[in-house]
Amino acid sequence: MDVVAIARWQFGITTVYHFLLVPLTIGLGPALVFMQWRWVRTGDDRWYRMTRFWGKVYLVNFIMGVATGIVQEFQFGLAWSEYSRFVGDVFGAPLAMEALLAFFVESTFLGLWIFGWQRLPKRLHLLTLAMAAGASVLSAYFIIVANSWMQHPVGVALVHGRPRMTDVWAVLTNNTALVAFSHTIAGSAGVAGGFLLGIGWYQLWKRRSLGIDELDADGRVVPGEDPAQPGRDRLDHRVWINTLRVGAVVAILGFGAVAVTGDAQGKLLFQQQPLKMASAEAACETGTSFSVLAVGDVSSASCANVTNLIEIPFVLSFLANGDFSTPVKGVNELIPQYQRAYGSTLPTGSIYGSRSGATIDYQPDMTVTYWGFRIMIGFGGIAAFAAAVALWLTRKGTVPRSKRLMQLAVFGILAPFGANAAGWIFTEMGRQPFVVAPNPTGVDGVSLFTAAAVSPGVTAGELITSLATFAALYGVLLVVEVFLLVRVIRGGVAAVVPELDAPPPTDREDDVLAFAY
Amino acid sequence: MDSVLPVVWFVVIAVLWTGYLFLEGFDLGVGMHMLVSARSEQDRRVMLNTIGPVWDGNEVWLLTAGGATFAAFPSWYASLLSTLYLPIVLLLVALIVRAVAIEFAGKVDDRRWRRVWDTAMGLGSFVAAFCVGAALSLTTTGLPLDANGDRVGGPFVWATWQAVLGGLAVVGFSLAHASTYLALKTDGPVRVRAGRFSARIAPIALLPIVGWVVELQLRRGTAVTWLLVAVAAAAAAGGWVAATRRHEGRAFLGYGVFLVLGVAALFGAAFPLVLPSTLSAAWSLTVWNASSSAYTLGVMSVVAAFGVPLVLLYQGWSYWVFRRRISPAAIPAAH
Ligand code: HDD
Ligand code: HEM
Ligand code: HEM
Repeated sequence: MDVVAIARWQFGITTVYHFLLVPLTIGLGPALVFMQWRWVRTGDDRWYRMTRFWGKVYLVNFIMGVATGIVQEFQFGLAWSEYSRFVGDVFGAPLAMEALLAFFVESTFLGLWIFGWQRLPKRLHLLTLAMAAGASVLSAYFIIVANSWMQHPVGVALVHGRPRMTDVWAVLTNNTALVAFSHTIAGSAGVAGGFLLGIGWYQLWKRRSLGIDELDADGRVVPGEDPAQPGRDRLDHRVWINTLRVGAVVAILGFGAVAVTGDAQGKLLFQQQPLKMASAEAACETGTSFSVLAVGDVSSASCANVTNLIEIPFVLSFLANGDFSTPVKGVNELIPQYQRAYGSTLPTGSIYGSRSGATIDYQPDMTVTYWGFRIMIGFGGIAAFAAAVALWLTRKGTVPRSKRLMQLAVFGILAPFGANAAGWIFTEMGRQPFVVAPNPTGVDGVSLFTAAAVSPGVTAGELITSLATFAALYGVLLVVEVFLLVRVIRGGVAAVVPELDAPPPTDREDDVLAFAY
Repeated sequence: MDSVLPVVWFVVIAVLWTGYLFLEGFDLGVGMHMLVSARSEQDRRVMLNTIGPVWDGNEVWLLTAGGATFAAFPSWYASLLSTLYLPIVLLLVALIVRAVAIEFAGKVDDRRWRRVWDTAMGLGSFVAAFCVGAALSLTTTGLPLDANGDRVGGPFVWATWQAVLGGLAVVGFSLAHASTYLALKTDGPVRVRAGRFSARIAPIALLPIVGWVVELQLRRGTAVTWLLVAVAAAAAAGGWVAATRRHEGRAFLGYGVFLVLGVAALFGAAFPLVLPSTLSAAWSLTVWNASSSAYTLGVMSVVAAFGVPLVLLYQGWSYWVFRRRISPAAIPAAH
């Protein structure tokens, strides 16, 4: 197998995996801060229980984000050494800033939060969580600055064939980065909202099916309690209905923001990477129509046999330009342009190995871009709609008895994750065959083909070994993570707030840990 | 200015490595002690909780060293990692296993479950320490790089005695360092046994790192670095004497100062080579030919001048918050 292909699979698998965990961390952090803040302000126990419960979920997930993030930090040098040499002058900076300004804060303050329940004054303790959650968002910003530079290089000059940073401010305020950052944060809110909503639903359903909560004549909830189970009291009902509502609101706001920022991203993309966008729309011919359903052979990954079954006139033009008349360039017009601008064969040279002189295929995989784009939007739309329906259905304080609906709510948790993954796969694979896409509106001459980016000294055997190792390890960890999350979630509040089982002794030694591994 | 900044960044990276080896040194050592000197599940929990609030922050020193090397010396980052492909992958696997083992061990209250993760923690710590040491040692002795900085020879060209020496050096140091740390941070049987280890076995565990430092000094040392070595040796001896007298704080300090000065001597002797080529001196990566542009280094200097002191401040504060000793009585039931 070709080293480029293996290296790409490895990068794709490890990064998508990392990004299954990351959006939950990013989105849940601020939600937790909100819960704990309500508790500090009101002293209401319901918020305390929510903080403890969601804190535990947050931690299980966080640690997996850390574990998989470690690989990310070193991957560029391992399999992509030519890439690292080429971009190092500009790309390394946001990466180093992320570690120095975000990861340190995140890890240190999270440690303080986890173990600080009894050591720190309440407000200071809340502040440590806010610092950690804020640092997660900051870390997302820096890494997206780095990624956006690969999508749209700015702030550099070409010196001796390599980009050299000339304006760090331009890199940090790259318009690509600003829209991608807001879009990603909004997408993360969608993930966290869906999660809170689904679990809140499950717990309320459980209370109903156990006969703890009843309905009155108007269909309003009458919360009850189960004396046999410490956590299943009246307050427990409020914990979960609040969780559900917070989740639904966060999800609706998140998905709303995702649509707005996504639209902005699309418009930029038509200028910055026209071929990626044309291919995402299966827009083979230049025109104004938007494809709702393309058939034929989208899977041939090119325009050869694509027929657009349903098209809406003018919409594509609106998506790209904000009006209904400007034609959008199609794939068939763009490819010859790319060939003229960037050549039709790879150069020859030792770093290209057996790829020297190969023909360059400018067509990004159309199946992936077309469906990736639609899955992202579709899953997001479904989840937003479901969140609104959920709010309506639970307006009288609890969920319907239906087991089906409960399963749907829990299963629906996955949709926003899928939307995120699809979005990234579309973004990254749509950038092919470039790893650093050329900037048609600014800096000239800075771009790098993926085929020129892998480590020349590394063998296919090494890459296969590591790919298999990471895949196996990540597979096992996924099973453990899901097992632990399910346990925590099933256990409900009582399992994470042991005081409910047995109240703590009042003469507690000062140095007894509130939390211990 | 253009010629000063690369040197400044060489020093910054040396500082990051020192911070990493000092802080994660005892983390990794505590992990190994969970296999080496713990006698019961209770012991292992006490040990684990001494690093509970801080281990992730300590590990970020490594991530930052990696990120900073990428930003300041892209060719160094690219050549070192791709040349040592398999050992670095092994290191990453070990770090992943360690991270999840720490978090997951306490999540299910079951002896077998705990036992599995505790063992994973011990092995992961050992492998990680060994790989870090091997990689650093090879950085000082050199690798077969061609003119482009790529490896010549198969996937195993790094398998040399220097790699083994460096690996043992970091493993040995971590064990010694962690024994003084545990003696300082715990109460009860763990404290007693750790104190004994720091007095009796630690000096032997330090021998490989002494060997590595001295070997490099003989080849590349200068008057200044020899002086550092001398002071480092004195600190280690002082630490050992303190350990035999059960002066826990001083023992920790002695071994700690030994590490800081020892690493300073290593980097000092290596300068200005960041990654020598064993094939031709002309192909060696140096502080000058591997560094980023003056502009990038300047930007990063501003960031570091602001960021590093801040990190030291709040990490210091977190050690202060968790300054109390951990005793078996302090550990609540698992949940
Ligand atoms: C819950 C997740 C989610 C949802 C519902 C959406 N997106 Fe998205 N999208 C992402 C999550 C995401 C992401 C976080 O996965 C990506 C990948 C790279 C990025 O910046 O954000 C992304 C990328 C991405 C890109 C590609 C940017 C590039 O290649 O540079 C475009 C054009 C859009 N999105 C547009 C939209 C539109 C118009 C949406 C709906 C109306 C939408 N997205 C919903
Ligand atoms: C977390 C979000 C991200 C996801 C899910 C993601 C996903 C992917 C995928 C699927 C590929 C494989 C592309 C292919 O096979 O054609 C890829 C490639 C790559 N991505 Fe990303 N990526 C993400 C963020 C980033 C960031 C932030 C960077 C840089 C800082 C980055 C740099 C790269 C590089 C260097 C490659 C290899 C070259 C290539 O095949 O295109 N990615 N990524
Ligand atoms: C390919 C590029 C990426 C690299 C090199 C990378 C690197 C890392 C590293 C080293 C960690 C562990 C930090 C620790 O020990 O505390 C981490 C965690 C994290 N990363 Fe990534 N990452 C990448 C992609 C992304 C993206 C695209 C985002 C966000 C949009 C992101 C957001 C985060 C967050 C919030 C964490 C905290 C832990 C968690 O998520 O559970 N990362 N990343």
